[in-house]
Amino acid sequence: MTDVTMVVNGKAVQRSIDDTTLLSEFLRENLRLTGTHVGCDTSQCGACVVHVNGRAIKSCTALAASLDGAEVTTIEGVANGKELHPMQRAFNVHHGLQCGFCTPGMIMAGIDMVNRYQASGQPLTEATIRHELEGNICRCTGYHNIVRAIEDAAQQMDGMSKAAE
Amino acid sequence: MSDGIGARVARKEDKRFITGKGKYTDDIRMENQAYAAFVRSPHAHARVTGIDASAAEAMDGVIAVLNGQELTGDGIGNIICGWAVTSKDGSPMNMGAWSALATEKVRYVGDAVAVVIAETQALARLAAEAVDVAYEELTGVAFADAALAAGAPQIHDNAPGNLIYDWEIGDQAATDAAIAGAAHVTELQVTNNRLSPNPMEPRSAVATFDESEDHYTLYTTSQNPHVARLVLSAFYQVAPEHKLRVIAPDVGGGFGCKIYIYPEEITCLWASMKTGRSVKWTSDRTEAFMTDAHGRDHISTAKMGFDASGKIVGFGVDTIANFGAYMSLFSSAVPTYLYATLLSGQYNIANIHCNVRGVYTNTVPVDAYRGAGRPEACYLIERMLETAAREMGMDPADLRRKNFIDSFPHETPVIMTYDAGDFAGNMDKAQAAADVAGFAARKAEAAGRGKLRGLGYSAYIEACGIAPSAAVGSLGAGVGLWESAEVRVNPVGTIEVLTGSHSHGQGHETTFAQIVADRFDLPIENIQIVHGDTDKVQFGMGTYGSRSGAVGMSAIVKAMDKVEAKVKKIAAHVLEAAEDDIVIEGGEVKVAGTDKAMGWHEVGLSAYTAHNLPDGMEPGLKEGAFYDPVNFTFPAGCYIAEVEVDPETGVTEIVQFTAADDFGNIINPMIVEGQVHGGVAQGIGQAMLEQVVYDHTGQLITGSYMDYAMPRADDVPSYTIEHNTTVCPNNPLGIKGCGEAGAIGAPPAVINAITDAIGTNDLQMPATSQAVWTAIQAAKTPMAAE
Repeated sequence: MTDVTMVVNGKAVQRSIDDTTLLSEFLRENLRLTGTHVGCDTSQCGACVVHVNGRAIKSCTALAASLDGAEVTTIEGVANGKELHPMQRAFNVHHGLQCGFCTPGMIMAGIDMVNRYQASGQPLTEATIRHELEGNICRCTGYHNIVRAIEDAAQQMDGMSKAAE
Repeated sequence: MSDGIGARVARKEDKRFITGKGKYTDDIRMENQAYAAFVRSPHAHARVTGIDASAAEAMDGVIAVLNGQELTGDGIGNIICGWAVTSKDGSPMNMGAWSALATEKVRYVGDAVAVVIAETQALARLAAEAVDVAYEELTGVAFADAALAAGAPQIHDNAPGNLIYDWEIGDQAATDAAIAGAAHVTELQVTNNRLSPNPMEPRSAVATFDESEDHYTLYTTSQNPHVARLVLSAFYQVAPEHKLRVIAPDVGGGFGCKIYIYPEEITCLWASMKTGRSVKWTSDRTEAFMTDAHGRDHISTAKMGFDASGKIVGFGVDTIANFGAYMSLFSSAVPTYLYATLLSGQYNIANIHCNVRGVYTNTVPVDAYRGAGRPEACYLIERMLETAAREMGMDPADLRRKNFIDSFPHETPVIMTYDAGDFAGNMDKAQAAADVAGFAARKAEAAGRGKLRGLGYSAYIEACGIAPSAAVGSLGAGVGLWESAEVRVNPVGTIEVLTGSHSHGQGHETTFAQIVADRFDLPIENIQIVHGDTDKVQFGMGTYGSRSGAVGMSAIVKAMDKVEAKVKKIAAHVLEAAEDDIVIEGGEVKVAGTDKAMGWHEVGLSAYTAHNLPDGMEPGLKEGAFYDPVNFTFPAGCYIAEVEVDPETGVTEIVQFTAADDFGNIINPMIVEGQVHGGVAQGIGQAMLEQVVYDHTGQLITGSYMDYAMPRADDVPSYTIEHNTTVCPNNPLGIKGCGEAGAIGAPPAVINAITDAIGTNDLQMPATSQAVWTAIQAAKTPMAAE
């Protein structure tokens, strides 16, 4: 057993866990944050994507014990109180989800993608969005509306960051 | 009514999903919960000669290790196929015994032999590894044609030669004669590749036995919780129906493979009784590949005859369908009544005959997967039309137009009666949207870049809204395929609709609310759709076969008719007017042409206070209905794929995909388009990427997403969607269904486009880069192909 301390969605948490506990298990079973999903065993599907220290990772492929002191954001933590994140809103407006199972990972990957491209000043085209989604599988939407949602959210996030300047 | 029929209403159910608050089965944790892990056969075919669980049982935290002898000893029944298909010689189908935990023999890799119940999931899995099963290996067979061959391993004793049935439809003699007299005959052999449905949420079950009440509760990933309860009760003898509650909460996609009742749910229920613990099992992805029912896997040989003008005179088909190791719930109907009955496609064909042999193999059971039989029919017909057009030197669109059915109703020689359609209109819309006129220029431009550009059509039709109960009953179905609804108007005027349909991504909580908002002119926020819990909702048949719109919503309409009639009676009584003068609009119930009105909520309150109701009227405002369709519905459309192939590598890109669908009336176009997008992506997946691979002995090769190519965002294009509406005359909303169309229509359009580009017809699905490259090389050097 290992004692682990993290800040998850802005709240400090401390648990004593098995060394083999994956971050996805830690979130789902120890913290009962079940919005992070597990859809495969091989790091392929991306339903488990969360942000660790500001970067998107697959939580099924990280040992929780190795992340002592980390800052973690999950799907439950991206809204600002009752105000949805632009990426969440865009998925609703553009019908970017059907069964909803891949959606948390898609939204977390989408936010990370937009943040990276905007920080680098690179354009986020349809082709780059599709390429960047390589690690997230959706079986329902055929991706069409997920791409539209990320395009739209990127514009809104750009507007927000410019307004903040 | 801004949120009524035809409006692109954003989904009501989204909020919980985009905030991580969805509640899927694996998110549920019961008090006193233990975990199940299954001991599965590593062999495709073997006798079980012994199970030594002592090492597992000795592990700290292991609660029990249970096996098939104990399960059958407790009276748990065998898993059954619920649709009796009769062979052409009149003999019944040969259904082999399928125990939830194998007793004497295992018949596919993944067949469950025992189950470990332990305190944690990790421990259960570890202990399952420690169970020592002794096997006597037998030769396995994975492919349907090999399983039919003389000397093939015998999989079930009661199915000699592994033949489940030998079935036919249509007039063979007339068809053979028509083809024999044809001016041109096109022959084709096609394989419809085996697929794994792969909903992103793996299957899961949480079972709880309450000894004090002698009552079971099962949370499970089901498309049809009432059907699950019925089958678990009536056939598997797990518990009587009134002592079993089945809840299908948020379900993360189904695509067919969550219709069936699997060994795992049965075992978890039984194990919860044996151990006195809640028992949870959640599949991992490898288990999903090994146990979720697969789809397709047909081998077909077909001949189509044409007269000198290009009119089809006869179509003869011989199909072998791989059933896997056991007959799954609806498996028998898929390659017969959901396949051969659609072999007329959109075409006027006087003579059709199809023979189907269902075959056991040592593979995962095969059953309905999105489209279920109809993609196999569509692929065969549309490849046939395309091939024939090339052979006869005709334009493939013109050949289709020449043969389109253009008057309705139209009775096909394979028992379907098409009720409405506009096949030429669908093609017009698709051709205009795809700019077919500009294709030659695009092809020339692509050639300048060293790319081969091709264009392919598919004109699909399917039968949905399954189905008239008496009709399917006469064909062997063990159930009726009606749907139920209850509409409850509360005393404050808000409405709950209890539906027997189940949403696992289709957006029922929005679409169904729209038809209620539209009917009673109420805000959509005041309407709640309730589904998925046998304790809350009356018996319903669930969601599959694109039936929730045409059948499920029709039941809601029927219940709303009754509510409206009662509302008008109450209002007429209170307002002292004639019932015929009462209108419902703007949140009020009014006397037309006067200023006399009651609020909608006041009518609700009147019904429940019952202080002033018409003589003899019962209090309350709640009406139920069962709707049994009078015919199938027939969505149809025209799809056009345009591809570019790199001849040096075989890498193929879909540069444009156009879908023109006729779904009848549409309630929420945004949701319907989403269904087409998803279906087309699955169809492109089948055409270019997906293939469950077995070696010839039955070892599963594709057991993870490292091996099985799921379509990803950069494998598919953005889609162009058009609608051409002919109203379905047989249900009150005039709708046809949209859930499966994309998966049915897309594969032949893609393959027709690729073969058009590369100039050779010799290409099977999935058309991977390697397959395309190989086809190009074989066409260049004919000798190399031999």
